[in-house]
Amino acid sequence: MAELIQILVSGLAAGSIYALAAVGFTLLWQASQTINFAQGEFVMLPAFFVLIGMTVLGLPMWTSILLALVLSLLILGVAFKRLIVEPMLPHGTLPLVIATIALGLLLKESVKEFYGATAQPFPAIFPQTVYNVAGASVSVQDICNLVVSMLAIGGLQLFLNRTRTGRCMQASAQNPAVAEILGVNVKRMVLYTFLINAALATIASVLISPIYLAKFSNGETLGLVAFIAAIVGGFNQIRGALVGGLLIGVIDNLSAVYISAQYRAAMPLLLLIAIILLRPQGLLGTPEGRTV
Amino acid sequence: MTRYQPILIALGIAALLVAPIGQGNYIIYTLCSWLLFSIAAMGLNLTLGYAGQVSLAQAGFMGIGAYITALMTLNGIHWSVAALISILSSFAVGLLLGYPALRVQHHFLAFVTLAFNTLLFLVLRNEEEITGGSFGLVGMERPTFFGISTDSNLAFYYFSLVCFLLAAAAMWWILRSPWGRAFKALRENPIRAESLGLKIRRQTLLAFAIGSAFGGLAGALQTPLVQFIEPSSFALIHSLKLLLMVVVGGSGFFFGPMLGAAVVILLPEMLRFTEGYYLIIYSALVIVLMVYSPNGLIGLGQKLAEKIKPRQEARRDLKQGVQL
Repeated sequence: MAELIQILVSGLAAGSIYALAAVGFTLLWQASQTINFAQGEFVMLPAFFVLIGMTVLGLPMWTSILLALVLSLLILGVAFKRLIVEPMLPHGTLPLVIATIALGLLLKESVKEFYGATAQPFPAIFPQTVYNVAGASVSVQDICNLVVSMLAIGGLQLFLNRTRTGRCMQASAQNPAVAEILGVNVKRMVLYTFLINAALATIASVLISPIYLAKFSNGETLGLVAFIAAIVGGFNQIRGALVGGLLIGVIDNLSAVYISAQYRAAMPLLLLIAIILLRPQGLLGTPEGRTV
Repeated sequence: MTRYQPILIALGIAALLVAPIGQGNYIIYTLCSWLLFSIAAMGLNLTLGYAGQVSLAQAGFMGIGAYITALMTLNGIHWSVAALISILSSFAVGLLLGYPALRVQHHFLAFVTLAFNTLLFLVLRNEEEITGGSFGLVGMERPTFFGISTDSNLAFYYFSLVCFLLAAAAMWWILRSPWGRAFKALRENPIRAESLGLKIRRQTLLAFAIGSAFGGLAGALQTPLVQFIEPSSFALIHSLKLLLMVVVGGSGFFFGPMLGAAVVILLPEMLRFTEGYYLIIYSALVIVLMVYSPNGLIGLGQKLAEKIKPRQEARRDLKQGVQL
């Protein structure tokens, strides 16, 4: 029982970070039909901005995190939208998919060449003390990660549903033409989406790197997990991505302990295939019209 | 087919015949791997360029082919039987994967194949008793046909060339047949294609399965070429590489995958002086190419050719009308 609680808590903590990446992924899809195959690298990169701020520029940790946020907003948000997505949207989804695959490769290899191929230790933001709750060891770091990610996603939900800008963003995602007619600046709303995605990626990066260490290849698994979480939960719902992320985190940890460490990575994939077979719109998603 | 095309193709084949003569082993090896990656990329081009589906498991299908061929030839079964089984199994797996994925929205095949490639990698790595785990399999011999051995690199090159030409001819025939023309109809205007009685799902599924079978053949050739196979040669990154080959060359063009495979395989040699920066330069080039010419290098060539010698157009204003 104690072991189960322990697994659930660390699973939820990891899952909430996956959810951050998955939410950003769904937002981009809704706003601009961009399937971002570089999403994992988007989460990998900000940690290195923080490390550059701390080791190269000698800044304190929180200033470095702020620097990383600004850089991410500029590079992963504005530049990504202006230079890659915008010129390619008229050509349809496929060239964009290829371009994001190439972008992921570019980011990964650049970090490897310019910063280093080894895993870098990353400063912990939260104390790493472990408490004993009813026989289960629960780390403060896990709880803090869970709380921060939940706050970020909850705040995003409130922003999208309760503010005028948020509702304009939703309108632009659902029907850009009508939104435009009603006076919504659709291009700006799409840009906001890209900025939000970059910010979510930065938060996820700062939360996950103390656990997994900062490594150029982190994006491979993270990106895959973000896709799976987004599809399992429902491609067109933020709630869905949240549930998907948490579920994957828990399943991942459970299968590592109870099934087989070798096939740990296979469980989320099997879940993905099962979901696509049985409930293609995702657990919480609403069916979209068939395109083929 | 234009007047010059048969002559050009004959010249191309002649060039392929003389290319390896007098070359060192390394260059012949590179040419062989170009031929087999062209076969795999050709198959992917059918899925991607003609049926409009993204498959991220082409390297996985190569893996299926390579492992089946390796296991069978190690047990003394002739290569040709092993290759046939490899092709058929890749086709069958393609059908099994594609059937559920194509029931739903169009981008789902990409995700299912992505998951499949990763799963396959895990199985190949973990089932050590059969696949040799991360140490892989060694000791597969090159096949002998009617007493002629393909042990020397030059002989193996000609053997690969024959396979490549057969595969290319099969692809040419598929695309020329009424059934293949249906793909083009499907890609250009799926709604109209369906209204003319084409079964869209069945067509797309078959395109994907046939494309996968080409991957199986490429894998069956890789085993005797490298004579050593291990799981990481068939990891997801190689599927992405194959996808890039097709798109860089020009998806939906018959010669696109060959060109793309040449670029992807030869570019590392040409960019060797840049050492580790090769992948950075390469991926940056792909992004730029996608932004300027989503149809790849062949598309870029056509664009330039049209600038020099504009295509005859009766009325440009009609084009706008059709779009509306």
